Amino acid sequence: MKGAIGARSLIRARTPRAAAEHRIPPSVFGWRDVLSESLAGMLQRPARSALTALGTVLGVGTFVAILGLTATASAQIDTRFNALSATEVSIEDVAHEQDEFAGLAFPADADARIGRLHGVEHAGVYWPVRLDPDTPVRSSPVGDGSTGTQSGIDVVAASPGVFAAAGTRLAEGRVYDAYASDQAAPVAVIGAGVAERLGITTLETHPAIFIGSRPFTVTGIVSATDRKADLLLSVVVPRTTAERIWGAPESGGAKMLVSTRLGAATQIAHEAATALRPDHPAYFKVVPPPDPRALRTGVGDDLSRLFLLLAAICLVIGAVGIANTTLVAVLERTGEIGLRRALGARGRHITVQFLAESAALGTLGGLVGTSLGVLTVVTVAAIRDWTPVIHPATAATAPAIGLLTGLLAGLYPAWRAARVEPAEALRR
Amino acid sequence: MTAASAPVIEFRGVGLTYPGPPPVAALRPCELTIERGEFVAVVGPSGSGKSTFLNIAGLLDGPTSGTYLLDGIDTGALRDADRTALRGRRIGFVFQSFHLLPQRSAVENVTLAMVYNGAPRRDRVPLARRALERVGLGHRIDALPTRLSGGERQRVAIARALVARPSLLLCDEPTGNLDTANAESVLALLEELHADGMTVLVITHDPLVAARAERTVAIRDGVLSDGPEMPETPNTPETPSSEAVA
Ligand SMILES: Nc1ncnc2c1ncn2[C@@H]1O[C@H](COP(=O)(O)OP(=O)(O)OP(=O)(O)O)[C@@H](O)[C@H]1O
Ligand SMILES: [Mg+2]
Repeated sequence: MKGAIGARSLIRARTPRAAAEHRIPPSVFGWRDVLSESLAGMLQRPARSALTALGTVLGVGTFVAILGLTATASAQIDTRFNALSATEVSIEDVAHEQDEFAGLAFPADADARIGRLHGVEHAGVYWPVRLDPDTPVRSSPVGDGSTGTQSGIDVVAASPGVFAAAGTRLAEGRVYDAYASDQAAPVAVIGAGVAERLGITTLETHPAIFIGSRPFTVTGIVSATDRKADLLLSVVVPRTTAERIWGAPESGGAKMLVSTRLGAATQIAHEAATALRPDHPAYFKVVPPPDPRALRTGVGDDLSRLFLLLAAICLVIGAVGIANTTLVAVLERTGEIGLRRALGARGRHITVQFLAESAALGTLGGLVGTSLGVLTVVTVAAIRDWTPVIHPATAATAPAIGLLTGLLAGLYPAWRAARVEPAEALRR
Repeated sequence: MTAASAPVIEFRGVGLTYPGPPPVAALRPCELTIERGEFVAVVGPSGSGKSTFLNIAGLLDGPTSGTYLLDGIDTGALRDADRTALRGRRIGFVFQSFHLLPQRSAVENVTLAMVYNGAPRRDRVPLARRALERVGLGHRIDALPTRLSGGERQRVAIARALVARPSLLLCDEPTGNLDTANAESVLALLEELHADGMTVLVITHDPLVAARAERTVAIRDGVLSDGPEMPETPNTPETPSSEAVA
């Protein structure tokens, strides 16, 4: 009791104690309380929360759907493209750029030289034969001369390897072989389109064609190719035959088509020029398959950009919606703010609470939007029989965008809430 | 234990003038001491400055003059954050309009009083339940305020004010919104709390409520005077309860 009296007399002597001396434990607002208060604030008004989050749902949903669909579609293009393009090397004759009088750069045994490289499946040299445009091409025996004679038909000189490298399939007959090629035999393989134009329907009658006045025996009709679809509209003759009749190709006209095993193309592209002409590797320009990474089409086309813009607009609308609702809630809950202040909440605790509430609303919108977006992508992919592709970054960022939207939207209302005067608020 | 023996409220020339314009002297500088365990009624007509007085006593508003010691602590020397912490820990508020959160159950409303003063989360519900039992609502702890009668709501509000064990219970017109029967039950509860040693300060304009308190302070036109209806002779506060506390 003595100590107590002493203390009282101290106070009477006007030496009030400082705060530190009394060690008033500060007010706190633990993170679990922040979480549960903000969730409670959101869940206790479910209908309003749902409506408020709608804008964010639409914005984030559109965002995910657009990016997902773009990724899915371009992955689809990639796989189709990859299978053929990743196994194709093309070699161009650029000898004339080095030496005006170089002539045909591809040696006679070009197919065999490239064929020896590891990973090569097939290879062949070809060039378009330069003819007078009026050179008639006709078939024989001719049933009807007026339909059997055509001009302006492309003639291609090709070594036998071209057919295999192009993945040629025949409707009838066979392609000429190395022997025929070596002998410079007057044989030809014609595309289905040419056969139709010349009125050739079958090889049973042993049809021949005349290019100008020179006869060629038709050994096969091409019905389809994987590469070099122009073969379907051409007359193809052995390169040796073409060289003998029409001479070497015009400079730069000759090319080589190489089909490779998957994964070997880059290495082959590297070695091809030296393998062909160890003396003049610079006579060739080798075109390797395109880098698959360069193929991955981004959000390139205008329509995707438009939709992304729409998604951004939805997000802005969503943010305004959240801001508006939160602001209304602040005004509406002035009494609650006053009460919390009376219960020991600091201004910043009120700020944190309202910020957390709007962030929770935004995150909810983001999560629902992400789910809807993913669902859209999966559905569209299922209908189109595609493999749905959503970049992990997209799926991870989307809810975060919702969160950010909510946070931004909550800044002003939360700031307002903290400035509510407790005495004023409790008067209501 | 200095705080236990210092007066709960000590006003030294405390006054508040709202800046205006025009400036309103809502509470003229006054002296007042309320000892631990007292049951005091503050009476006065409407607009006389009762709520102003309560806001100062409850640290919701700072006085424009004088020194206010709460539990012996000079509240004017405190930083805002410390004043807030002091308010949360030492003062329990009971409002005329209850100020319960309508979407939360009785027990959730009571636990709200423990969010900001660092009570461990797992202790909160048991403490809240005990406080509700204390005010006679042990059977309705999960009810929403909208399902409770006015008297029951005010009891929930009192339980919330009690649960953090404040040194001072401040009630602003606690029976203002209640009918006679409900008002009576709330008053009986306040008397009971006082009998248990709680310091209770009730603001009212109802003479019947004031009659239940053991001491009355009157305010008229911002002038505070001890004892009912005697504004001219402010007597020094008697200190009857220092023994009662010990
Ligand atoms: N924020 C303020 N600014 C200016 N004047 C104010 C403010 N708050 C209150 N007043 C004035 O101070 C005086 C006292 O107000 P107070 O609210 O304390 O009265 P009261 O006794 O509680 O009245 P009631 O019984 O009606 O609640 C009144 O004249 C009021 O108009
Ligand atoms: Mg009032």
